[in-house]
Amino acid sequence: MTATLEPQAPGRRSALTSAELAAVRADFPLLSRTVRGGRPLVYLDSGATSQKPDVVLDAEQDFYLQRNAAVHRGAHQLAEEATEAFEQARVEVATLVGAAADEIVWQPNATAAINLVAYAMSNATLGRGGRAARRFALQPGDEIVVTEAEHHANLVPWQELCARTGAVLRWIGVDDDGRLRTDELGTVVTDRTRVVAFSHASNVTGAVTDVGAFVRRAQEVGALTVLDACQSVPHLPVDLHALDVDLAAFSGHKMLGPTGVGALYGKREVLAAMPPVLTGGSMVEVVTMETTTYAPPPQRFEAGSQMVAQAVGMGAAARYLHELGMDAVAAHEEQIAALLVDAVAAVPGVRILGPTDTRDRLAAVSFVVDGVHAHDVGQVLDDAGVAVRVGHHCAQPLHRRLGVAASTRASAAVYTTAEEVAVFAEALGRVRPFFGLSDQGES
Amino acid sequence: MSSMEQLYQQLILDHAKSPHGKGLLETYEAESFQVNPTCGDEVRLRVHLAADASGGTVVDRVGWDGQGCSISQASVSVMSELVTGAPVATADLLGETFKALMHTRGEGLDDQSEDLLGDATAFTGVARYPARIKCALLGWMALRDALVQTGVTQEEKA
Ligand SMILES: Cc1ncc(COP(=O)(O)O)c(C=O)c1O
Repeated sequence: MTATLEPQAPGRRSALTSAELAAVRADFPLLSRTVRGGRPLVYLDSGATSQKPDVVLDAEQDFYLQRNAAVHRGAHQLAEEATEAFEQARVEVATLVGAAADEIVWQPNATAAINLVAYAMSNATLGRGGRAARRFALQPGDEIVVTEAEHHANLVPWQELCARTGAVLRWIGVDDDGRLRTDELGTVVTDRTRVVAFSHASNVTGAVTDVGAFVRRAQEVGALTVLDACQSVPHLPVDLHALDVDLAAFSGHKMLGPTGVGALYGKREVLAAMPPVLTGGSMVEVVTMETTTYAPPPQRFEAGSQMVAQAVGMGAAARYLHELGMDAVAAHEEQIAALLVDAVAAVPGVRILGPTDTRDRLAAVSFVVDGVHAHDVGQVLDDAGVAVRVGHHCAQPLHRRLGVAASTRASAAVYTTAEEVAVFAEALGRVRPFFGLSDQGES
Repeated sequence: MSSMEQLYQQLILDHAKSPHGKGLLETYEAESFQVNPTCGDEVRLRVHLAADASGGTVVDRVGWDGQGCSISQASVSVMSELVTGAPVATADLLGETFKALMHTRGEGLDDQSEDLLGDATAFTGVARYPARIKCALLGWMALRDALVQTGVTQEEKA
């Protein structure tokens, strides 16, 4: 059974009804399992990876049972059907994020997608891609701007690109609340800036970025924009055309889809000018012993046999979210975010990293417990069946900026319930007492 | 006792609260810095060796600094107590035995090994939680690395 909402007017902001939420949960078989000696699972680690609905598993299985064949080659019926399923999945993903299908490139995950852009720029710097690719070529002294809040996936590839080309890395800071210092855009992004790479939403603080402010400033100086949309696509309505970024990356496994597949989005004219990175079969037009001409995007960036079944699964996940309605998903998660923030804020000796208001924030809440390391916090929560992430969540510079080495993160998805937040809150309240720490005025 | 209570033995909680051997040595032969990249736990450990009466080498003192979860901090604390004053060969054997304990899935070792480990047997419950084994081993890895650097301990044979 697949949860489908009543037809809704565009822009509907009402959250899921409890019946709708129950129907959604019924689509995720894993959510009903127990852990650690029979406790119901409370899965609050969707920021790391989401659970998958039946429709995604069915789509992958159906592909293997009914349609499996090599795509974009072969003249037999199976090859036709496999190709159609693969390309239809591209349409589904494009539709969810407000893009055209030929602007979606399959990648193994967001990390690969961002690295693809960075290596394409390296290749352009070496003169590959001809005149059209000059906008991607870097010179010593050119600047790449990121933010201090980035996931390592949107930081390290740019550090490496700088090391290869002599470009200089600069960054937008973070305030004590975990929000990006958009006021620094005017000084940090300059005529020397060639790329502005930033995330749509932080996987640590849940803070949602004012994408418009970044894009406007980047466009003023003619810099390329690269959006890490890993945390936004599963939780918010995202319209990449309206956001007007040049490139964007997101992963299937965080948006109810399979592992092993993700997407790079690029504006049609941006992808058209970008030189290839991986080369070989499937991405070429004419090959002689001396030279090769390359296929147009997206195939130019899809060398070799692709993760077809996973792409089909990601397409099913995109359709599932689209049918639920991202407005409804976002409205539901906004309620969960408020509950999570209140629950964490109410526990003595616990500090939230990031915004404590619910404006422009996702239902991902990271926090530190005074006197108890994140790993130990996670262990006590795990004992109550509550799954959270502990550590630096692949964002060491952000943790350093906020003055901590590690934190605990509770992160929700469309299937998270208020009851789950209550179980989490209760368990969090037991952490400090368990480690012999009590608060004044309490026993 | 729940397995979480077995994990957090009182001895571990006590050591985590008031760790032994914390503070870096001024005089030392080798230093090792180890991190647990998944959670950011770190320990910097220095060893000072001395000759005993019969001409053998003993771990005269260890001193460390670091941050991390209660398991990692308590483990390096208990280790400091165990190895201080011990012949290097004994320190090596303790390290090997503790590593073996971490692979018992919480079942524990034979009596002789447990006698050798003493207080470090409190970490038996850690071996039930694969994600925490690294925490418990962090300090031991630092000690081993430092001893190898001094040349008194041989690198593990492949
Ligand atoms: C904001 C953000 N960017 C990038 C990534 C990397 O995603 P993946 O590991 O799927 O490539 C993640 C996932 O942890 C993320 O949360």
